[in-house]
Amino acid sequence: MTTFEAILLTIVTASTPLLIAALGELVAERSGVLNLGVEGMMAMGAACSFAAAVTFDSTLLGVGAGILAGALMASLFALVVLGFAANQVGSGLALTIFGLGLSGLIGAPFVGARRDPVAHIDIPGLSDIPVIGRLFFEQDLFVYASIALTILVAIYLTRTRSGLTLRSIGENHTSANALGLPVWRVRFWAILFGGACAGLAGAYLALVYTRFWSPGMTAGRGWIALALVVFAAWRPGWLLVGAYIFGAATVLQLHAQAAQFGVPPQVLSAVPYLATILALLLLSLRHGRAIGAPGSLGVPFVPDR
Amino acid sequence: MKADVSSSGPPLVELKGISKRYGDLLANDGIDLSIEPGEIHALLGENGAGKSTLVKILYGVIEPSAGEIRWEGRPVSIGSPVEARNLGLGMVFQHFSLFDELTVAENIAVALSGDWDLATVRGKLGEISRTYGLALDADRAVWTLSAGERQRIEIVRCLLQNPRLLILDEPTSVLTPQEAEHLFTTLDRLSAEGCSILYISHKLEEVRRLCRRATILRAGRVVATIDPRASSAREIAALMVGSEVGEIRTDAPHHPEGEMLKVASLNLPPAGMHGQSLRDIDLTARAGEVVGIAGIAGNGQTELFAALSGERLAGGPDAVVIAGRPVGTTGIDGRRRLGAAFVPEERLGHAAAPTHRLSENTLISHAAAEVSRSGFILVNAARRLARTIVQSFDVRTPEGDPQARKLSGGNLQKFVIGREIIRKPKLIVVDQPTWGVDAGAARLIRQALVDLARQGSAVVVVSQDLDELFEVADRMAVIHQGTLSPLKPIGEWTKEAVGLEMLGVAQASGGVHAV
Ligand SMILES: Nc1ncnc2c1ncn2[C@@H]1O[C@H](COP(=O)(O)OP(=O)(O)OP(=O)(O)O)[C@@H](O)[C@H]1O
Ligand SMILES: [Mg+2]
Repeated sequence: MTTFEAILLTIVTASTPLLIAALGELVAERSGVLNLGVEGMMAMGAACSFAAAVTFDSTLLGVGAGILAGALMASLFALVVLGFAANQVGSGLALTIFGLGLSGLIGAPFVGARRDPVAHIDIPGLSDIPVIGRLFFEQDLFVYASIALTILVAIYLTRTRSGLTLRSIGENHTSANALGLPVWRVRFWAILFGGACAGLAGAYLALVYTRFWSPGMTAGRGWIALALVVFAAWRPGWLLVGAYIFGAATVLQLHAQAAQFGVPPQVLSAVPYLATILALLLLSLRHGRAIGAPGSLGVPFVPDR
Repeated sequence: MKADVSSSGPPLVELKGISKRYGDLLANDGIDLSIEPGEIHALLGENGAGKSTLVKILYGVIEPSAGEIRWEGRPVSIGSPVEARNLGLGMVFQHFSLFDELTVAENIAVALSGDWDLATVRGKLGEISRTYGLALDADRAVWTLSAGERQRIEIVRCLLQNPRLLILDEPTSVLTPQEAEHLFTTLDRLSAEGCSILYISHKLEEVRRLCRRATILRAGRVVATIDPRASSAREIAALMVGSEVGEIRTDAPHHPEGEMLKVASLNLPPAGMHGQSLRDIDLTARAGEVVGIAGIAGNGQTELFAALSGERLAGGPDAVVIAGRPVGTTGIDGRRRLGAAFVPEERLGHAAAPTHRLSENTLISHAAAEVSRSGFILVNAARRLARTIVQSFDVRTPEGDPQARKLSGGNLQKFVIGREIIRKPKLIVVDQPTWGVDAGAARLIRQALVDLARQGSAVVVVSQDLDELFEVADRMAVIHQGTLSPLKPIGEWTKEAVGLEMLGVAQASGGVHAV
C-alpha cells in the first residue's frame, strides 16, 4: 500500500463517525429538536460497545450495545424536552456532561484492552484496481452503511410521506398541531434515531477507529457533528460533502504537522474547521437564498388546549 | 326568531353549553349552536367575541372547559383535528396553518389522510383550482406567497378532503371580490351537494348573500339567532356590537401640502424565484391626504410595502424620498427615525412577535423613542405605552399585558395599527389595515387613519377592499403585475375602472372581456 492510499483510507475512517452522528442529529433537528447531547451519547456508545465487545468477544454485540446506549440516552433527553417541555439547550448540555461522566465509569474496567481490526469487505477483482480499488471496494461495512444511510435519509426526508410530516413539524409545530400531525410522537422517534446514530458513531470510534477505550476518546467529535449539520444547511447531501471535507482536512493537517512545514501546529489544527465552513458556505451561496434553520428548531412545544 | 330549515332528521352537529375559560376570561360562555345538513350557517360577532375559540373547539384543536358536542345526534368527543377530519370536518383557519419552507403541493399533501403521492396531489390541486377558480402554483414555496394566495391554499386543502362540515374562519378577508365571488359559487354548490358550512366573516353583505341562519355572539355568549336576509347589515352590526355603527367622517377640508413620500422610477427585482418585480413605480403622498393602493393580492403589494418600509433597499438613494430625505438605501429603522411608520400585512409574526407581551411589542417600532434609553428598556414606560394604545384603540385583552398571540385577530390588528398611529408619524404606510376586523373596529381604524391625515400626516393605505379605499382615500392608484397606474383623485375613479385596472385590461384594448 502506498502512503497516498493509506492517507485516503484514513480519511474515510476519520469521516465516517462524523457522518453517522451528524445524520442522526440532522433528522432530530429537521423535526425541530436541537439535541446538544451528541458528544455524550457518542461517548456512551463508545464505552458500552467496547465493554460489550470485549466481554462477549463479539463486534456485532458491541455495535448493538453502542446503538442501544445512544438510544437510551436519547430517550432520557426526549422525556425531559418533550414530556416536560424543558429548555433544549440546557437539557442537551446536561446530557453531554452526564454521558461523558457515565461513559468513563462504564469504560474504566476496560482501559488497556484491545480489539482486533474489523474485517474489511473485499470484492475480488474490483478491489485490485489501483488506488480507487481499495478506496471504494475494500472498506469496512460501516463505511458502506453510512453512505447508504445518507441516501436513505435524503430519500426519507424529501420523498416519503412520513418525511414530509417530520419536516412540517420541524418547520412550524403550531400549524402542524392544528392540522393534527403527531408532533410529540414524530419528535420522539427523531430524537431516538439521533441517539442511535450517535451511539453507532461511538461504537465505530471504539471498535474500528482506535480499537481501544480511553475516557474522553470522542474528543469533541460530537460537537463537530453538530456544527456540520448547521453548515450543511440541514441537507443530507451536503452533510456527506462536509463530513468528508472535514475528515480529509483533519488527516491532511496531521500529516502536514508531521512533515514540519514551519507553520505553527495550532494554525494547522484550525484548517479543517475553516475548510469545512468555507466549502459549505460556497455551496449555500450558489444556492441563492440562505437556508435557515427549521422554523421551530429548539422551541419547546406547548400546545394551547 | 328561528329561520326555516328544511330538514327532518337530527342536525349534523349540535353544540350544547360549550364554555372555554382562559384564566379569568370566559371566551365562550354556554354556547348552543346547531347546524343542519347542507346549511350555510354564519357565526358573527365582533373581535374577541369568541368565534375562533368556538370553532377550534369544534375542530378538536382546543379542549372546552364544559359542554357537549353531538354529531348526527350522537355525543362525540373530538380530541384532535385528526378525529375531527375523520368525522368529516374541514377547517380553514383564521391564522394560516401553513409551512413557509414547503411548497404549495407539500402543504396540501401533509394534511391529507389516505393514500396519496405528490403527483396525484398536484393533479388534484390543479383540478380543484380550475373548477373553483382558485389559481395556485403547486411548486412554489409558501414563503414567497401573499396572504391572499396563502388563504387560497387553506381553502383548496379543505376542499380536497370532501368534508361534510366545512368551517371557514374569515376566508374572504384577503380575497379579491372576484375570488370571493368564486368562493361563494363554490360554497353554494357544496351546500347543494349536502355539505354543511359554518361561515365566520365580518363582511355582513357576504353573509346576507350566503346564509339563511346566523348565530351572533357577543362577549362569548349567543345573543341572537337570526335570518340575515331579513335584516340589514346595519341592524346585524348593531346586534353584534350592542350599539349602532356609524360611518366615518372625512368631512374636514384638507389642503395637502409638502410631499412626505416620493417614489420615482422605483425598480426592484423579485425577491425569490417567483416574487413579483416592481417596474417604474412613481408615487407621491402629501401631508394631509390618504393615498390608496388597490390591487389583487400577489401583484406586487408585498414588494411595494417592503420597498417603502426599507425591508428591501432600492438601487439608489433617490428612488424613495421620505420627508425630503433620500432614503432608498436606508433601512427600516433609519426611515422610522425620519418620522415614518409602517404596518405590514401579517400581524402575527411580522407586525408583532407572538410570544412577546404587548409592552415588549411596543419596542419593535418605538425603540428609538421613549421606551428605551441608551440600550436599556424602560419597562414601566413600555407598559404605560401599551396601556395607552390598548385604551385609545379599544383593544380587548384577556389580561393586563398579554402575549400578542393571546389577542383575537382583530384586536391584535387594532393594537399594531394603534402602536404606529400613536407615534404621530409624518408618514404611515399600512398594508391591509382592516384585515379580519369587525365593522366597529374597522370604522375605528379607518377613522384613526383619516384623522391622522387631517392632522397633517401623509397616509398610504394598501388594500384589496375597494369599499374601504373609496371611503378613506383622497387619491388612488391600482397596482397590477408590479406596475402602478397613474395616481388620480378618488372622484375620477369608478369601481368599474378600478376593476379593469386590477385585471390589467384598462389600457390594453378597453375591451370588457374580463373574467
Ligand atoms: N390562548 C389564549 N389565552 C388567553 N386568552 C385567549 C387565548 N386565545 C384567545 N383568547 C381570548 O379569547 C377571546 C376570544 O378570542 P377569539 O379568537 O375566539 O375571538 P374572535 O371572535 O375569533 O375574534 P376575531 O374576530 O378578532 O378573530 C379574546 O378575548 C381573546 O383575547
Ligand atoms: Mg377569530
